[in-house]
Amino acid sequence: MASQNLQSVPAELSPEEQERERAGQAYFDRIIAEDSRIEPRDWMPEAYRKTLLRQVSQHAHSEIIGMQPEANWISRAPSLKRKAILMAKVQDEAGHGLYLYSAAETLGQSRDKMMQDLIDGKARYSSIFNYPAVTWADMGAIGWLVDGAAICNQVPLCRASYGPYGRAMVRICKEESFHQRQGFEILLELSNGTPAQKQMAQDAVNRWYAPALMMFGPPDDDSPNSKQSMAWNIKRFSNDELRSRFVGMMVEQVRVLGLTLPDPDVRFNEETKKWEHGPLDWNEFKDVLAGKGPCNAQRMERRRQAHEDGAWVREAAAAYAAKQAQKEHAA
Amino acid sequence: MSNPTETHSKETPWPLWEVFVRSSRGLSHVHAGSLHAPDAVMALRNARDLYTRRNEGVSIWVVPADAISSSDPDSKGSFFESPQGKDYRHATYYTKSEGVKHL
Ligand SMILES: [Fe+2]
Ligand SMILES: [Fe+2]
Ligand SMILES: [Fe+2]
Repeated sequence: MASQNLQSVPAELSPEEQERERAGQAYFDRIIAEDSRIEPRDWMPEAYRKTLLRQVSQHAHSEIIGMQPEANWISRAPSLKRKAILMAKVQDEAGHGLYLYSAAETLGQSRDKMMQDLIDGKARYSSIFNYPAVTWADMGAIGWLVDGAAICNQVPLCRASYGPYGRAMVRICKEESFHQRQGFEILLELSNGTPAQKQMAQDAVNRWYAPALMMFGPPDDDSPNSKQSMAWNIKRFSNDELRSRFVGMMVEQVRVLGLTLPDPDVRFNEETKKWEHGPLDWNEFKDVLAGKGPCNAQRMERRRQAHEDGAWVREAAAAYAAKQAQKEHAA
Repeated sequence: MSNPTETHSKETPWPLWEVFVRSSRGLSHVHAGSLHAPDAVMALRNARDLYTRRNEGVSIWVVPADAISSSDPDSKGSFFESPQGKDYRHATYYTKSEGVKHL
């Protein structure tokens, strides 16, 4: 519920403190073994808290930065209905960011610190949002592939061992399904339109396919923290496992769209019973994460600008609240 | 106005509010989540925008998070009475009436 600061463990512990730590660890281990949930005021290992704080705040930042590629198209949406839908989706993403910031705060980090870290370029967010949305068809491809990959990743997170994170994910997943479907419909409409419209849809799918697959994170043999996250019941499936599942779903759905995936190597491996895909450019992934993607600078600048532009509103609201409180006090 | 960095450092963080939503008439308010707002009026408006975008509620409560008192998570065992040996608090404990109608 309310945020709770968990002090880091001092190097020298008194016997009583040592006993408390031992009891805390034993209790934590039992909760995890029972696949139950850890709540904010429970004892938790410092590494667990740090891992979660990093993951949940990065996830929150991704939702907030993720508003930008689509917000850029609101004014150019091809109909009033599409404009209303896109606004609702972008508003949802803002909501997702706020649910997740609330969850992260329960781990002992203030909201303002997280916001400031994002603005100062100290925090990471999903690499996908550093790619440009160049045509209207990208609104379709983003909804279908990017929100689709996010759903695939997030459904298992509804069962994450940290209560506030799991609860935020439940709320988010309910809302995400509309995002993916509206994207699918945009692509389907274009695909059934003129040859030029169909080509536009195919081009957008071609652009977003590989970056969407990389949303699941590096391959398992290059993902050092995954094992611990799985042992803590934060992550339920490995990156490659989720990516393979996602490819399988897309193979089915792209047929309904009348389009193709830009990947000649997609196949179902009868032996492993898993979907396989062609090689992905992990150097590009690392570059984009390191700030060298096509839109990193633009996204950060926009976020900074929005924060600064909102400063007078925040100040005015705080001043008004202080004045009202004073009046009430006097009365 | 001062420069943005200065502006930020001057800003006092908005307090945290816990949000409770009644999903329909006849049901209790249930905890939905939390948010930051400068006062109760803004907290209610933000709660409406954040937690009821799809008709999820007919009524909202917002409560300052620091006004909530809660039980100590470390005293689970001792604070909550042990149910051990108290099966008689449940209807299923009484088996002799099995088969008797409307009981
Ligand atoms: Fe989202
Ligand atoms: Fe998301
Ligand atoms: Fe979404």
